[in-house]
Amino acid sequence: MTRRSLVVATLSGALLLGVAACGGGSTSTSPSGGSTGEAAAPAAADAFNAGIGKVFNPSDKKGGVIKFAISDDFDSVDPADTYYGFAWDFLRVYGRSLVTYKPAPGQEGNQVVPDLAESLGQASDDNKTWTYKLRTGVKFEDGTPVKSADVKYAVLRSLDKKTFPNGPTYFNDWLDLPKDFVSVYKTPDVKTDSAIETPDDQTIVFHLKKGYAGFDNFAALPGTIPVPQAKDTGVKYREHVVATGPYMFKSAEAGKGYSLVRNPNWDQATDQIRKALPDGYEIEAKANADDLDNRLISGDVQVDLAGTGVQPAALSRVLGDPALKARSDNPTAARTWYWSIIGDVKPLDNLDCRKAIQFAADKVALQTAYNGPFAGGDIATSLMPPSIAGHQDFNLYPAGADNHGDVAKAKEALTACGQPNGFAINAAYRADRPKEKQAGEALQQALARVGIKLTLKGYPAGDYFALYAGKPSFNKENNIGLAANGWGADWNDGFGFLSQIVDSRTIREAGNYNMSVKDPAVDALIDKAMTTADATARNGVWAEVDKKVMEDSYVLPAVWAKALTVRGKGLTNVFVNDAYGLYDYLALGVQ
Amino acid sequence: MSFLELKDLRIHFPTDDGLVKSVDGLSFSLERGKTLGIVGESGSGKSVTSLGILGLHKGGRARISGEIWLDGEELVSASAEHVRTLRGKKMAMIFQDPLSSMHPFYTVGQQIVEAYRIHNDVSKKVARKHAIDLLGRVGIPQPDRRVDSYPHEFSGGMRQRAMIAMALSCDPELLIADEPTTALDVTVQAQILDLMRDLQRDFNAALIIITHDLGVVAELSDDILVMYGGKCIEYGTTEDIFERPEHPYTWGLLGSMPRLDREPTERLLPIKGSPPSLINVPSGCAFHPRCAFEDRTEGRAKTEVPELLETEGGHLVRCHMPRDLRRAIWENEIKPNLEAAS
Amino acid sequence: MVTYLIRRLIGAVVMLAVVSMVTFSIFFVVPRWAGATPVDMATRYVGRTASAEMAQVAAQRLGFLDPVIVQYGRWVKAIFVGADYDYGAGVEHCSAPCFGYSFLSRLPVWPDMLDRLPVTASLAIGAAVIWLIAGVATGVLSALKRGSFFDRAAMSVALAGVSLPIFFTGLVSLVVFSYGNPFRVTAPGSTYTPFEQNPATWAYNLLLPWITLAFLYAAGYARLTRAGMLETMGEDYIRTARAKGLPERSVVVRHGLRAALTPIITIFGLDFGLLLGGAVLTESTFSLPGIGKYAIDAIIANDLPKVMGVTMLAAFFVVFASLIVDLLYAVVDPRVRLS
Repeated sequence: MTRRSLVVATLSGALLLGVAACGGGSTSTSPSGGSTGEAAAPAAADAFNAGIGKVFNPSDKKGGVIKFAISDDFDSVDPADTYYGFAWDFLRVYGRSLVTYKPAPGQEGNQVVPDLAESLGQASDDNKTWTYKLRTGVKFEDGTPVKSADVKYAVLRSLDKKTFPNGPTYFNDWLDLPKDFVSVYKTPDVKTDSAIETPDDQTIVFHLKKGYAGFDNFAALPGTIPVPQAKDTGVKYREHVVATGPYMFKSAEAGKGYSLVRNPNWDQATDQIRKALPDGYEIEAKANADDLDNRLISGDVQVDLAGTGVQPAALSRVLGDPALKARSDNPTAARTWYWSIIGDVKPLDNLDCRKAIQFAADKVALQTAYNGPFAGGDIATSLMPPSIAGHQDFNLYPAGADNHGDVAKAKEALTACGQPNGFAINAAYRADRPKEKQAGEALQQALARVGIKLTLKGYPAGDYFALYAGKPSFNKENNIGLAANGWGADWNDGFGFLSQIVDSRTIREAGNYNMSVKDPAVDALIDKAMTTADATARNGVWAEVDKKVMEDSYVLPAVWAKALTVRGKGLTNVFVNDAYGLYDYLALGVQ
Repeated sequence: MSFLELKDLRIHFPTDDGLVKSVDGLSFSLERGKTLGIVGESGSGKSVTSLGILGLHKGGRARISGEIWLDGEELVSASAEHVRTLRGKKMAMIFQDPLSSMHPFYTVGQQIVEAYRIHNDVSKKVARKHAIDLLGRVGIPQPDRRVDSYPHEFSGGMRQRAMIAMALSCDPELLIADEPTTALDVTVQAQILDLMRDLQRDFNAALIIITHDLGVVAELSDDILVMYGGKCIEYGTTEDIFERPEHPYTWGLLGSMPRLDREPTERLLPIKGSPPSLINVPSGCAFHPRCAFEDRTEGRAKTEVPELLETEGGHLVRCHMPRDLRRAIWENEIKPNLEAAS
Repeated sequence: MVTYLIRRLIGAVVMLAVVSMVTFSIFFVVPRWAGATPVDMATRYVGRTASAEMAQVAAQRLGFLDPVIVQYGRWVKAIFVGADYDYGAGVEHCSAPCFGYSFLSRLPVWPDMLDRLPVTASLAIGAAVIWLIAGVATGVLSALKRGSFFDRAAMSVALAGVSLPIFFTGLVSLVVFSYGNPFRVTAPGSTYTPFEQNPATWAYNLLLPWITLAFLYAAGYARLTRAGMLETMGEDYIRTARAKGLPERSVVVRHGLRAALTPIITIFGLDFGLLLGGAVLTESTFSLPGIGKYAIDAIIANDLPKVMGVTMLAAFFVVFASLIVDLLYAVVDPRVRLS
């Protein structure tokens, strides 16, 4: 159980990574993929991080089947019902959203580029109306041409959270929907033109409740992948998603595996970002995590779909063997592992007491607890990770020269808070996540140096947010002053990362991911960011939010996550797409 | 040469505690149609002797020396496989406690059929017919029905009859019965003994009856061999042993024998002490620690091992006391007491 | 005999009912004692940014808002008459026997389990054949050559076999025999091929899981057989068999082993029944999509209807196996008569 939950842990924490909303950014439609690898060297030499920032083993050779495996499974392959980063990366091989992230290495991957649409969205002056023109000639796998109504239907059906509980809720929150609309299934006759209009078969217009300049990031969500209403079977649609991309499902068995083959009705002429190199994909779900690593190393499997890095057993093996290490990459993820410092619990209602924890913490020990610099990540000094646009480096609580904590400063802070001899609180973590337990123990030792007595309390991961640390009343009753936490961005801007975890107005009775940040000033900054049209200025506001949260000392950041991944044998066009922090599944081919 | 002849048979078992001399220099002979009773307490070596004759100690840890001649063949030096082919056919054995000696999962018929078919190349059908005949012959009512019963469905006496039928299945020439009646109540004992006498006459086999109870062999045996501590201490005809016993141990056995002509309320005269250790055999005469007449041997009992010597006409005794003294003690001290008791 | 059977069958049904109630309580009642509201419990099954209203909707969809006894009643009723589930675009009828409908995969549990049963059965049957033959043979030889080098070596290996966990022996054997080994003896994990599709591939792919699982059990059976043989070979009826002139082989097999096998059959029946309910460790180590893997995945994902379904299936196999064992016992040992 422990072994597996590690995987589950990273997965559910990881969720999504996304892209740089360089605002409305570039309208580049350059033919994609390994375009940077034109000077293709034959059979590239292995090297550590060879898939980061550049294309490893570029090739245009077609054919072959790529074997994927994953120790967990898709939450769903239905575009309306998935919230996993790897799923958002992978489903581009069978579905075409209006726009998507450019299949290119490094920063280039953060660009939003047109896919089903001819170009990026045309916004109205107030950013409340967004218009997209669809390419002509795009067909479903059965040969039916894709119309704007199919996109509209897809977005509307994704709003039905009773049927599709997993997906994001951005469209629910932002579209200007009529009051009497419930779902496409329950109220099919309600007019929804106030939210989405389709003046002709190639045009779709979105109407928002309030302006948002970063709407292209919404249009890149899987929810805009067209779904033919006639083929929609609600929950059961996941058993056969109708393809618009170059591949279609041959079989889809949740919990077991998936197999995709070429879609005869996909036309290269309509598609500028896909090369469609392999003849198909095989995906095996629910594989044993250690077995998967070993097969990845031996070549029996080529890609770990989840992309969250190898297990501890394989980690030491890969790092210890130069030949293996040369086959691995160490990408950063837009994810932070941190501990919420809960001000509802005395004496943490006092800012100085919260600061004492910041100073006393041993950052190196925390990094080690989260699996060290390769599989864990870099020591974090703020909540927002460096891959998020607008990230600014700052460190309000220097942890001494060696990063093992500043005991003197911590004692000062304790005195200022009126608790010179320290205090006692409980710390919550997910009992089936060894890394969080180790981190808790590291904190326990570090804080004991200044008299803060920490008692660790493990709770089941499945109910952690619903019943335990995500429930403010529970924390108060049980004196939980610290709680292990982690968050990954939906896409790589401040909104995509911070909006769900620092806005005090999102806090409800239970199920909170924001366990501690309650500051009207932060809320005001968030509102300011939303209404700031200029991308650079907006990113600056998000950086201010990050800074304010750290000033309030509601969050003790531990690491900005990284993962050690192994490049499968025989793969071509391998590179990490920054938008996902994963290998770009659209570009991969086999030798 | 006799039909069965044992010459200086020794069966020793090495153990962690030392060498156990279960049988230590035993010799006797037996003719066809004759019956020999081997009598002794448990641990005297009588059962080991019988298993030794059947060759069941071969291949184990036992060290066997001496000679066993059966119908002109020497068995100690013969191969285990050869002795196996004789077992059950030329020589057979009836065991004590037929409930544990018969396999609980097979019917009585199956077990007889198995015994028969090892040595006779016949069909199952023929063998079954033979089994029913045998069961009838040993006095089991409705043998054609009982042949399909399991051992636990038989009464004790019936089970012993079935056991006998199994032993007789291949017309053995030598039959060894090890405590054949011990597990049975008295009236059934008598029936079984009668049966064995009748069968021996019919089959003209050589019969060895092994028992701790002289009463069992009194009626049945031609000769009696008394064993003590792995050795023969007295041998003679049944008349010799009952009328002119010369060994103090035999006297003890006679005194402790329950007899049908005695009142059941009368006390038996047990032999004091317990059987000797077979590892650290007492010095001199093995029986001396328990012997009431040890003081009449001029101290030799404690130091010298007595020899088995003929006292008169094939009657052998292993005792240091002079023959006349033994006879005098029997006539004057032992016999009157036994008779007074009766 | 017939009354005995009827009595046992009624007992089995009662046992299954009790198991279902206890399991149901563990997942649906105990969390409430711990202070969870139905909406809290539903929070697990909605996306990560779900609002309170969505959790409420989910609680309603999953039926958490009803009293537990009503939920249990609904679960039982579905087994006998089926149930209907709204899947958005329409209503699906989950026909009897309907052992629930997954919260997460949104599929009825029963066909899912039936789908995975052949994998577990393949694993169990193959492993059982190996461990019975290897375990019993080793046990018999050890008993006959008691104290010999073979005996000591075999019993040491057996001790290792019962002590080493599957996920250790499984991974080690995969490393040695499978990954990257040019002379690989077997396929790496999770490559189950249905028997009817290709029996040779089926066996080839299952070889390593079979051996690994069989190793665990064979060790126990070897020790058991050895102890049993040592006991029966000292019995009087073995001496009788030898006195009959039976060749040693027949003595050992027909008389000794026959008696020593009786307790082994009992344990085998229960082990096999238990295994049909899912070889959790073996299946997860080798990524075999069987009942055990299904169960552990369901537990990790908190997919309660699946957990309920698997528990009931496993309980059914165990109860049924113990019934078969009892009936078989009477056949094997004539001293046992059923009344």
